[in-house]
Amino acid sequence: MRPDHAAIIGMVEPGAQVLDLGCGKGELLAVLVKERGVKAQGIELREESIYECVEKGLTVLHGDIEGGLGEFPDKSFDYVILNQSMQETRNVEFVLKEALRVGKNAIVGFPNMCHWRARLDVVFRGRTPVSRALPYRWHNTPNMHFLSLLDFEDFCREKGVTVLDRRGLTAQGPARFWPNLLAESAVYKIAPAPSCCL
Amino acid sequence: MEQATLPSTLGTVETRSYSFDRLILATGQELGPVTLAYQTYGRLDEKGGNAILLLHALTGDANVAGFVAGEQKPGWWDPMVGPGKAFDTDKYFVVCSNVVGGCRGSTGPGSMDAKTGRPYGIHFPVITIADMVDAQRHLMEHLKIPSWLAVAGGSMGGMQALQWAASYPDRVRSVIPIATTLKHSPQQIAFDEVGRQAVMADPDWRGGDYYGHGQPERGLAVARMIGHITYMSDQSMEEKFSRRLKTEGFKFTFDAEFEVEGYLRNRGAHFVRRFDANSYLYVTRAMDYFDLSGDKLFKPGAPIPRFLVISFKSDWLYPSYQSRDIVTALRSRQGDVTYVEVNSTYGHDAFLVEYDEQTRLIKSFLAKTHAA
Repeated sequence: MRPDHAAIIGMVEPGAQVLDLGCGKGELLAVLVKERGVKAQGIELREESIYECVEKGLTVLHGDIEGGLGEFPDKSFDYVILNQSMQETRNVEFVLKEALRVGKNAIVGFPNMCHWRARLDVVFRGRTPVSRALPYRWHNTPNMHFLSLLDFEDFCREKGVTVLDRRGLTAQGPARFWPNLLAESAVYKIAPAPSCCL
Repeated sequence: MEQATLPSTLGTVETRSYSFDRLILATGQELGPVTLAYQTYGRLDEKGGNAILLLHALTGDANVAGFVAGEQKPGWWDPMVGPGKAFDTDKYFVVCSNVVGGCRGSTGPGSMDAKTGRPYGIHFPVITIADMVDAQRHLMEHLKIPSWLAVAGGSMGGMQALQWAASYPDRVRSVIPIATTLKHSPQQIAFDEVGRQAVMADPDWRGGDYYGHGQPERGLAVARMIGHITYMSDQSMEEKFSRRLKTEGFKFTFDAEFEVEGYLRNRGAHFVRRFDANSYLYVTRAMDYFDLSGDKLFKPGAPIPRFLVISFKSDWLYPSYQSRDIVTALRSRQGDVTYVEVNSTYGHDAFLVEYDEQTRLIKSFLAKTHAA
């Protein structure tokens, strides 16, 4: 199983209501249904991926999360997941705000721009990093934003968002220490604090 | 609307009819006796859990698939219905009936009024989409079907599917509304009104009492021509006709010189041979009255069936936003709804053209519902 999927499964209790924003071909949702018996809902932009979700028996909406989640009432899901999709959106603040509106919690997964190998690419090769977690080149990357674990935590602090859980990940599994340096990607479980200003 | 010519797998099919004494209409009026023309395909299983109702659009009929003896073309959704197809007749029992108010075997304004011994004409009561569904419920009981595994249809067929969810949510396990809306918009009402005015402006309409004299063919043909324009897209018309001429060079006349003119005239002329002008008035009126917006899609305390909502990107007659409104209404009640906007250039006609995409979606959706 993919380490990020394993981390997310560990954050979701059985039978929860889950909304996956940018669910792709539905791999994560299918695993969550199988392992956690969640009530799953996906949103995906690419039409071709929707067909694969439906073929997996998933409930999915064809749409652009950048336009908001207007069709979903407040707190209608236990978890709203943004796995590898947050950094691809133009307006991260708005997307997170909507995620934390319709979800009691959000789970966010993203590649770590400050993994040590990425740092070496910048410092010694003089080039933007290309790695397992950041497999694209500058001209064809779908990523609009590049961030580290510390960047995300700074953002949460500024916006009044509570970090409930954090997992730094490598291809082999969890990054046990110095996650901002050693994790290729990260998964966070967050919730709005009373002071939330998103 | 348009039809691809793919080989039919159902061979010859038969249209049957079922009559019952009376139908109480949404207006409070009574209509009776009522006959529905219908076809069935496949076998109903012992528990009656594999029945699917397919619902036709404005000018469709009970012949959804296969060939009726003597007809040159197979049914209106033939590539979707048959062994191994989206609506797999090896697994499911598929039913399709002509709507009440229609003219293809079911009771409509062209039918004989038992009270007067003459065709109803304009004295036929106004009917609604809910009345069409109520008539189908009579047929459902006649066929001993306890609940539908799915109700599905495009355009006005989609409205009937939505109405089934609103009127009888406990008898429907899933709903597949395609290229349709929760309510007719002013633009949709306007196109219908222009069509009706074309019919009624034809002196041959004779205030609706033309039976025995011949149809108001010119008016009905114009209505159909307008309809066809709204079923296509700018791009599909460009691809199909461009500015091609029927014969070389302009003739500087008002004949049908452009291919698109010839096509529309041809469609209009063909249509008047098979469709009753008064039915056109009544059925378009039923669509105009259709409005399940707000909370009207839901019955208090009743379960909400699963939904698969499909729209087409180039459909400007029933634009995707109307399908998204269906999704929003369902999500506001935590309904289980899947929505896809198919990237088609065929306009509203796409639901009668884009078979591969619809098949992929509907097949899996039905399998999941059937297994649940």
